[in-house]
Amino acid sequence: MAINWFKYSAPTTFYGLAGKMIPWFAFSSAILFVVGLYIGFVVAPADYQQGEFYRIIFIHVPASILSMFLYLVMAAYAALGLIFNTRLSAMMATAIAPTGALFAFISLWTGALWGKPMWGAWWVWDARLTSELILLFLYLGFIALHASIDDPRRADRASALLAIVGSVNVPIIYFSVKWWNTLHQGSTIKFSGTSMHVAMQQAMFIILAACWLYAIAVVLARVRSIILERERNTTWITELPEVRS
Amino acid sequence: MKPRQKRFVFIVVAVAALALVVGLVLNALDKNVSLYFTPTQVFNNEAPHGRSFRIGGLVEEASVKRQADGLTVHFVITDRHKSIPVVYKGILPDLFKEGKGVVAQGKVEVDGVMHADEVLAKHDENYMPPEAADALKKGETANASAVAAIPASAPAASAAK
Repeated sequence: MAINWFKYSAPTTFYGLAGKMIPWFAFSSAILFVVGLYIGFVVAPADYQQGEFYRIIFIHVPASILSMFLYLVMAAYAALGLIFNTRLSAMMATAIAPTGALFAFISLWTGALWGKPMWGAWWVWDARLTSELILLFLYLGFIALHASIDDPRRADRASALLAIVGSVNVPIIYFSVKWWNTLHQGSTIKFSGTSMHVAMQQAMFIILAACWLYAIAVVLARVRSIILERERNTTWITELPEVRS
Repeated sequence: MKPRQKRFVFIVVAVAALALVVGLVLNALDKNVSLYFTPTQVFNNEAPHGRSFRIGGLVEEASVKRQADGLTVHFVITDRHKSIPVVYKGILPDLFKEGKGVVAQGKVEVDGVMHADEVLAKHDENYMPPEAADALKKGETANASAVAAIPASAPAASAAK
């Protein structure tokens, strides 16, 4: 017998499943953050050029990767919602947006803090920085557009279009350092491997995993509140033990 | 076709068309998107005349000279084919070093010297402890034949394979 995947795309079943998964993701994220930050700030050696300043990379790169990847996931959910008319997909897209915006902001903020001592400027209008700023605006635009339409189903459709259109920006961010002359250096993590010392790599990948797990935990928690809010008039919600009490 | 297949095809076609349009626009804007010109581009007259622009490249070895006032710096930006002398008065970023990346903004005057009002350091994407960097350097000087011109030797190396 085939597994019915659509069963878990129903808010009714997903609500409980998400509730059970959140503590696992949150707990493992916290552990990996502690381990990763310890390796990054205590174990990993100083850099030959940048000394201790380079350590901001352990926050900067995972945040940047997450900001781009979460946008693609959000756009994929938005597209699924448009195509299959599933309720949960659109809710997932709405739940991802604030976390994606947060990571885009952290990426820009840590980048500025890093740029001033190393490059000599907080901000430069080069292709990498500008396209990442556009990504932050796309997230904020998505959130604002969704909030400005009262009917949730219409809000889902309008903001889904924006999310899908904006996904064109993600490859531009990724390849910007290759296609144009930029002040931003090339990618350290490439498909062919990394140009980084082993302990530095470990710290970065562990924090990347921690950010992933954090993002999943937070998005699941947020999607649960969205489900509660949108389905508040249904019987299954009114029969939930936490709602009844 | 079912309605949902129609919607799927519509989204795929729309995104593909959009990507094509954005690609063409960015291609047309190519020079305006790039942050700086290389010295070779400047010699090929691709850089704007009479107004401020940025030049990027490496600080040529043994080219940095400070004037007696301790603030004015002369150096040469090179891309290993062409080079352009630069004068800058101000504080240089910590990473400014001979043989390392640099981006300078200013006007190239009739004497062929760029009078810069901003100098930024450009670092590379390699991170390693000082000992590893030293070891790499020693290895490089050991087989010095391969170091001469990195951009020129890259295609030759791949052709040899």
